[in-house]
Amino acid sequence: MRDLKAVGKKFVHVMYPKKSSALLRDWDLWGPLVLCVSLALMLQGGSADSKDDGGPQFAEVFVIIWFGAVVITLNSKLLGGTISFFQSLCVLGYCVLPLTVAMLVCRLVLLAGSGTVSFVVRLVVVIAMFGWSTLASTAFLADSQPPNRKALVVYPIFLFYFVISWMILTFTPQ
Amino acid sequence: MATADDLKFQEFDDAANLLAANPDATTISIDEPAEIPKNKHGRLQQSGREEDDELLGTDDSDKTELLAGQKKSAPFWTFEYYQTFFDVDTYQVLDRIKGSVFPVPGRNFVRLYIRSNPDLYGPFWICATLVFAIAVSGNLSNFFIHLGKPTYHYVPEFRKVSIAATTIYAYAWLVPLALWGFLMWRNSKVMNIVSYSFLEIVCVYGYSLFIYIPTAILWIIPQKAVRWVLVMFSLCLSGSVLVMTFWPAVRDDNRRIALATIGTIVLLHALLAVGCLAYFFDAPELDFPAPNIPPHNGTTGITKIQ
Repeated sequence: MRDLKAVGKKFVHVMYPKKSSALLRDWDLWGPLVLCVSLALMLQGGSADSKDDGGPQFAEVFVIIWFGAVVITLNSKLLGGTISFFQSLCVLGYCVLPLTVAMLVCRLVLLAGSGTVSFVVRLVVVIAMFGWSTLASTAFLADSQPPNRKALVVYPIFLFYFVISWMILTFTPQ
Repeated sequence: MATADDLKFQEFDDAANLLAANPDATTISIDEPAEIPKNKHGRLQQSGREEDDELLGTDDSDKTELLAGQKKSAPFWTFEYYQTFFDVDTYQVLDRIKGSVFPVPGRNFVRLYIRSNPDLYGPFWICATLVFAIAVSGNLSNFFIHLGKPTYHYVPEFRKVSIAATTIYAYAWLVPLALWGFLMWRNSKVMNIVSYSFLEIVCVYGYSLFIYIPTAILWIIPQKAVRWVLVMFSLCLSGSVLVMTFWPAVRDDNRRIALATIGTIVLLHALLAVGCLAYFFDAPELDFPAPNIPPHNGTTGITKIQ
């Protein structure tokens, strides 16, 4: 029960990113796991002419999120960051929450129809959530970097959430 | 108190002397980053006068060798060893990118920008960005080209990301490896060749791929002429960076081998660009349907011109 409360508190922290270090101090990977699995599940059932042309498979989403988070963490540590490995994984995983919400909204909008209006709505939602994710994770991670390398650390985070947003935006149902 | 101060000063002095005698000693170089900008300014002033030496790098090759020995002194199984490859600041990365996009004729990219501080940040993240730029732009361009057709159903084509990643990372790491091996082999036969370390070659190749990122984004425009102009333009820019870097390394060699090496470098670079264009981007006027579609599509203009 206590762990569940901790996870819930972290979700709230991500949605309203004040400069708090609670996320960084008590890291846990339950939240990122739940988010990753739900995102990968929601990205299933995309259309495909052949096996080669469809959207990402479940394992691909998993690998992209975890491998991407590990690479970004290694990158920030190699550039001289002071954050620990699992703390950084924790922050990057939790900040996928806005994009998971965007995926949920996209799926609901696609139930209503898949015309131009639905595309515009999805585009706006995904862009907004992408900005939110990037800003939230930057707010948590930027302080642990040396000051003249902040941009070098923020750019891969931007790329990471951009790729996830692209996967969400290009999801087309059967 | 006085004794402690004397000891501290002594240690610093001893460290400098020991380092000059034995460049491979394990040291902690705390003030390395501050030194590098000073060296950069110093060398920029030099190179204005002696451009040929700048290209050859004979005047500072000794210094760069010593600096290289100072930097990579941690054993390779420690984390600090790999941190030496990421010892760059934001402005340095931006300068290197600028140097790869605007090649100054007669200036050597390695001597001017890398200066014995090759980094792996630039090559790795430029390749990653390029992979996703090509995949996303290819997908978008195919979407716009086939937009008006009734039988077209959009697919994200996610498999192409892994193909793009394999191709680009293989190019950015295997070609420098082959080139480095080849240059080492020639260096053993012919003296007085400027030699680059493996990481410097990887660095040059990585940064030279940067120009392909805006090119890939501009390839969304579904006009064949525009795409080929872009290919030529970016090939000229990044090819010239590569040629100007490697020409001093091979020009002391047999004339034909030197020209063949430079030719191969440019050819492989061109193959990468053309191959990516051909595989990821559909041709704009491929099986365009009969003209009973309302002319609100941009691609209709192509058939009219042709």
